Amino acid sequence: MGKTNTRDRMKNEVNAGSMADIAFLLLIFFLVTTTIAEDKGVLVRLPPWSNEPPENLKMNTRNVYSVLVNADDQLLVRGENMRVENLKEATKLFIRNPRKESDKAEDPTKAIISLKNDRGTKYKTFLTVYNELKAAYTDLRNDESERRFGKLYEYCSRAQRDEIKKILPVVISEAEPTSFGDEG
Amino acid sequence: MAHFEKKRGKASPEVSTASLPDIIFMLLFFFMMVTVMRDAELKVDVNTPEATELTKLEKKSLVNYIFIGRPKLNYRDTYGTKPRMQLGDKFSTVADIPLFLEKHKATLPENQRQGITSSLKIDGSVTMGIVADVKTALRKANQLKVNYSAGKRVD
Repeated sequence: MGKTNTRDRMKNEVNAGSMADIAFLLLIFFLVTTTIAEDKGVLVRLPPWSNEPPENLKMNTRNVYSVLVNADDQLLVRGENMRVENLKEATKLFIRNPRKESDKAEDPTKAIISLKNDRGTKYKTFLTVYNELKAAYTDLRNDESERRFGKLYEYCSRAQRDEIKKILPVVISEAEPTSFGDEG
Repeated sequence: MAHFEKKRGKASPEVSTASLPDIIFMLLFFFMMVTVMRDAELKVDVNTPEATELTKLEKKSLVNYIFIGRPKLNYRDTYGTKPRMQLGDKFSTVADIPLFLEKHKATLPENQRQGITSSLKIDGSVTMGIVADVKTALRKANQLKVNYSAGKRVD
């Protein structure tokens, strides 16, 4: 009897049932620790560099929408103070100019947004302002595509997008920053 | 009675779970392969601002990353607290940008090179001075597609 007992014990294998649990633990650990890095951001196309100073284009001032941000993160839009919250609507009004006012853009294709900041401006402010300006264009493009094709701009076909791009080109020019404020 | 006992003896009572670990391991390896670990340790604090007009960066291999922010606590003794730029895994200056871009470019076939995007991961509290310098360097290096990394803003 005793002999058979030992043989039985030797036959016994290590219970592999818990292996799954261990593997699960590892799996969950990896699932939790790895953050699927979502890389999103504001896409911008920088102007090409040229050593020659830009030629002084005679631009009709009514077509230029100058936005200045100083080192204290304050906004000066066409010589007047403005809050960031109002920038989008004001920009849309300037580009569209629905009432054909003489101080706003003649036509959306001629409108130029000029953004200038200081070297002491906070990056966060700069990006917020840039975002608002871009949002103004996005809104206008959406309105236009809604009116023409009955859908949002991002759902339009390539040809339809090109058509809208032609009427509403995004022109946001960034000037060399001034250096009045403190950096750091 | 004897008849019943015989039948019970023949039938295997449980489904074998021995292969379960293998299945789970397969899942585990799949996840380990798929998830890309961050290749460079961040040496600067980067807390990107939030925005609404976001574009997703599609192809990871076509993106190079430039980090700007204040050095992390353990690097402050050597590098100070002024905002610094990190390229790859080390602190760099604006002068290092052309070589960095060129190195990244060399890893890609020629027909993909016009799609290269620079992802600027910049801390919100950094001032525009250093950002403007980096932008100028990028323009001089003819790297014009730039993505200001930002989180999604929920209003």
